[in-house]
Amino acid sequence: MDSIMDIRNLNLWYGDHKVLHDISVSLPKNQITALIGPSGCGKSTFLKTLNRMNDLVEGVKITGDVLYNGEDIYDPKLDVTWLRKHIGMVFQKPNPFPMSIYDNIAYGPRVHGITSKVKLDAIVEKSLKDAAIWTEVKDRLNKPALGLSGGQQQRICIARALAVEPDILLMDESTSALDPISTSKIEELALELKKKYTVIMVTHNMQQAVRISDYCAFFLLGDLIEFNKTEDMFSMPKDKRTEDYITGRSG
Amino acid sequence: MKNHSTGKNRSTRKELIEKGINGIFFLCGLVSVGFVLAISIHLVISGLPAIREIGLVDFLFGAKWLPTATTTEPAFGILPFIMTSIYGTAGAVILGVPLGILTAIFIAKVAPPAMASVMHTAVELLAGIPSVVYGLVGMIVLVPGIQRMFDLSSGATLLAAIVVLSIMILPLIINVSETALRAVPREYEEASLALGATELETFFKVSLPAARSGVAAAVVLGVGRAIGEAMAIIMVSGNVANMPSLLGSVRFMTTAIASEMSYAAAGSLQHQALFSIGLVLFLFIMMINVSLNVFVKGRREND
Ligand SMILES: Nc1ncnc2c1ncn2[C@@H]1O[C@H](COP(=O)(O)OP(=O)(O)OP(=O)(O)O)[C@@H](O)[C@H]1O
Ligand SMILES: [Mg+2]
Repeated sequence: MDSIMDIRNLNLWYGDHKVLHDISVSLPKNQITALIGPSGCGKSTFLKTLNRMNDLVEGVKITGDVLYNGEDIYDPKLDVTWLRKHIGMVFQKPNPFPMSIYDNIAYGPRVHGITSKVKLDAIVEKSLKDAAIWTEVKDRLNKPALGLSGGQQQRICIARALAVEPDILLMDESTSALDPISTSKIEELALELKKKYTVIMVTHNMQQAVRISDYCAFFLLGDLIEFNKTEDMFSMPKDKRTEDYITGRSG
Repeated sequence: MKNHSTGKNRSTRKELIEKGINGIFFLCGLVSVGFVLAISIHLVISGLPAIREIGLVDFLFGAKWLPTATTTEPAFGILPFIMTSIYGTAGAVILGVPLGILTAIFIAKVAPPAMASVMHTAVELLAGIPSVVYGLVGMIVLVPGIQRMFDLSSGATLLAAIVVLSIMILPLIINVSETALRAVPREYEEASLALGATELETFFKVSLPAARSGVAAAVVLGVGRAIGEAMAIIMVSGNVANMPSLLGSVRFMTTAIASEMSYAAAGSLQHQALFSIGLVLFLFIMMINVSLNVFVKGRREND
């Protein structure tokens, strides 16, 4: 397995509250990794350390190393915008900007300096196609993105993240607010995306983890209890606590 | 036997109280509507005669205001006042709006919480300063400064009035834009940052556009405040009925009314014409309010 991110002895505090305990794990490239665990165990926090969105939280303290292709992302000399361009994120709640669909998708590329209309048009079309929403919106690119359904908005957000051509896509319970049809569309999409991207997703849905993830990480109270191939973890969990959680006996 | 009030009884009593209170609210509402109506009607009634006598075109587009001329024919053209009010307001907006919006972004988004709250309080204090004090400070500091800087015989100019007005509308613009900026959902900004935008790019490309209707409302309120102000600018603008020029003494619609009302003979055409100026000013402000309503409505529809 080729790893794209290596996390070593990661600890994280919010103020005095220690949320992540000595996490070490390597996340595989071009695979879907699912992060599972009960509410409050630190999945979102862990995910946000990977693109440094935790920097925005007041009073956060982090020790240990997070390497992206061997490069320490918490190196003070590292350009955070560069990092976030390469490690995109889709949030739990769809959050398109209050702008047109087109401007939403073109936002990232414009920020990164692309001004040519021809190029932008091409990026917008490609990203919307990659996010499996092109046919639904191609005739109303200039309409506000907030006028779409929740599931469509979430795919717009995925397209927006893809438009800056990231390496890795972080998804934090990105289907939890959606109906089954939109959910399965996004799941298919994730399977499609892993050909080109690495996907790391938080999910509360065990079936979803089984359906689409290749690897699975189980968190409990800030500890990484188990990390393994999904099929192995779900057929023969190594830790009793993992077994209890995935069989629904705890959490 | 005790006399229990029945459920039915109670509910009718409650209904009565309810109705009574509603009636009081209605009356209160009527009072303010009544005042607005009374003032509007009075303005129209007292403003029209002079316009009829002078002629609408001569009144609005006449460039000479010589209400008490004796050797020549008196002239009642208020174009200088209208233009001065428009130039002064535009100038205040050009200076005050960018400054106000940048300050609002700083307070709402950039400044650390402690500094933001200090600045917020300072801005509120600025809003509470009476306009006559703005005028006084302008007269003592600004007017001599402009006189020296441009080597004029008097520093009481349109420029001085614009500077005073722009400072006066600043707190309004800052407060209203700040509120609008704070109301921008954090998720929008996070999405932008997660795409690799810097904080500044995020504020200007996401937060500000998302708050645009609120910011537009702030600008319109600022315009309304500037065009209606009299006290502060009467003291720094020289109060001469010239066509406006940046370094010349000027008289606004408001200051014309305020300064001449004291000596215009009651019932004279001059006296009546001052009411007509009031009517014109009133129409300007009505137009501004209508556009404000359009903005606010547009904002509801966008959300
Ligand atoms: N900004 C914050 N400031 C302080 N504490 C926080 C902050 N965000 C999260 N926490 C705390 O950190 C712990 C982990 O939270 P986190 O959001 O990572 O959990 P999670 O596993 O994603 O839970 P869920 O499944 O409910 O989303 C929780 O105890 C939470 O209260
Ligand atoms: Mg979470």
